[in-house]
Amino acid sequence: MFSNLAFAIGEGDCLHVTGPNGCGKTSLLRVLSGMSLSESGDVRWDGTRIDRDRGTFNQAVFYVGHREGLKAHLSAVENLQFDLGIRRSFDQADIDAALERLAVTHCAHLPVRVLSAGQKRRVALARAVAAKSRLWILDEPFTNLDVAGRDLISHLLDDHLSGGGLAVVAAHHDLPLRAGRRVPLEIS
Amino acid sequence: MENVGIFTAAARLVERDLKVIFRHVSEALNPLVFFVVVATLFPLATSPDAALLRDMAPGVVWVAALLSSTLALDSLFKADMDDGTMEQLALSPQPLAWLLLAKIVTHWVVSGLPLVLIAPLVARGFFLPTEAILPMMLALALGTPTLSLIGAVGAALTAGVRRGGALLSLLVLPLSLPTMIFGARATDLAGLGEDPSGPLYLLAALLFLTLSLAPLAAAAAIRISLD
Amino acid sequence: MWKAFVRWFHRMASPPHFYAAASRWTPWFFWSAIIVIAICAYGGLVLAPADYQQGDGFRIIYAHVPSAWMSLFIYVNMAISAAIGLIWRIKLAHAVAASCAPIGASFTFLALATGSIWGKPMWGTWWVWDARLTSELILLFLYIGYMALRSAMEEPSRADRASAVLAIVGVVNVPIIHYSVVWWNTLHQGPTVSKIGEPSITWAMLWPMLGMMVGFMLFFGAILLTRVRGEVLARERNSKWIKEVAVS
Repeated sequence: MFSNLAFAIGEGDCLHVTGPNGCGKTSLLRVLSGMSLSESGDVRWDGTRIDRDRGTFNQAVFYVGHREGLKAHLSAVENLQFDLGIRRSFDQADIDAALERLAVTHCAHLPVRVLSAGQKRRVALARAVAAKSRLWILDEPFTNLDVAGRDLISHLLDDHLSGGGLAVVAAHHDLPLRAGRRVPLEIS
Repeated sequence: MENVGIFTAAARLVERDLKVIFRHVSEALNPLVFFVVVATLFPLATSPDAALLRDMAPGVVWVAALLSSTLALDSLFKADMDDGTMEQLALSPQPLAWLLLAKIVTHWVVSGLPLVLIAPLVARGFFLPTEAILPMMLALALGTPTLSLIGAVGAALTAGVRRGGALLSLLVLPLSLPTMIFGARATDLAGLGEDPSGPLYLLAALLFLTLSLAPLAAAAAIRISLD
Repeated sequence: MWKAFVRWFHRMASPPHFYAAASRWTPWFFWSAIIVIAICAYGGLVLAPADYQQGDGFRIIYAHVPSAWMSLFIYVNMAISAAIGLIWRIKLAHAVAASCAPIGASFTFLALATGSIWGKPMWGTWWVWDARLTSELILLFLYIGYMALRSAMEEPSRADRASAVLAIVGVVNVPIIHYSVVWWNTLHQGPTVSKIGEPSITWAMLWPMLGMMVGFMLFFGAILLTRVRGEVLARERNSKWIKEVAVS
């Protein structure tokens, strides 16, 4: 799909991947997250290839793709409890804070399947916030969100980057960042 | 913020899967009903003659158990693949093979264990002697997890395939034959009043072999299906 | 010595080299197969003495036993190539595994057919649940399952890797399945069902059978190389080197 691709990002950087539909943005993000194998070349985290030490890399990364990754019959709170529960020790307060940040506290105890598309996306992103991972890989995070929602995500990214986090974001639109360094990557 | 150990993680996955299953308990009962229905087909297709049914009993129980187990596989990975939670499991810091083993165990507890407990009813319907019931349950208790484990590998391979149900059966049934052969033989020997321990040991050996290898194969297959 | 092998192996893993080498070797495999099979067919059908119990009917073992042997040999081959493809990510190995499957399935079918033909004059029926025949039947199911899984997946890379996992799982299972079927069969041994076992066999009867196995393996080599060349052409159809080769 694409070849001769090479880049490096560090703390506070956000790789903004753009390009027309079908050009391979999702494929690139899947390769970076370790889910897909590239035919040649490798992906490194802190100098080590990610397939050599999956545990360390997976601990550091959080991927939010097109599908929400939520169990439809469980509530947002229950979903987050599980997602955090297999990653790190946590307090209920962490979950509540993340849900509050994404402004979904009012529907946090309803089964996810009754939420609107926008609310589901917010819950999906709340997991990344709660997990406190260093690297966020977000595929079209602004989908289904209204203007207020998009602003919220931008703010979240700002906070994440200024806290020393890294991000890889595939997004059609511009990515208004107030903190961190935007590294553009256009796939044509 | 410490990392989470594999046992805690497995426990949380079991807890989550059970929660999801129990929000739709009736679905979980389908394979059990199927087991009984399949068993019922045999006398209706042959004859209600007690001697014939007693001879067939071990075979019927095991064929029905195998088919029921294969049917139940549909609910093992499909839902997680569809809603994206399998991706999250593959990207979690826990070993995928271990997480899948936790899922398979949960799945067996909900679909295989009840079958072991219901089988005596079916077996009595086929006039299996009382002294054979307990050995039969033991054989099923050893055999159904093996069937779940082998089935999990098949389910993982066909996870991304549309309408993969028939393909799944085609892959899984030949691989499940040894378990069925030994299990049916153990039940048969018990029914004849003889010692079933030979085949039971073989069943146990198969269980341990599959327990150690199947989760790894399933994890490899899931990663391939997710790619 | 080892280094030379590794270098040769890596060169062979490259499709253009393999294609050229395979084109050269195929005639050698083919003609030596024809010669060996012809000699052994003569040896088995004409030279070997008639069996004292079965008369001339036993001669079908010259097709049956080598076919059964090939069906297993090819499955193992398929699994090993698939494993090499999966572990070292060599696409050509996947092409070899894919090519093996239909050939192996055909030999399995041939083994079943010849076994059935052998059985008819002896048992009076076209099929019995003999240990070896039943085992071969299950092997046929495994081959069919492998080919079905491959064709169910549209993306070639995923089809390669998933079927590789299946082949490896299958090859581990084949001895277990075979043993369990043999065990099952010995429990239900009737007086009529034992004649596909090995009778004690004289050299005059044996050498054509062993020779046929060699001949079949050579034949397999020829067909495999041809099929793999076909696979390579299909897989690499967009590469530059293909256009040069197709013209030559």
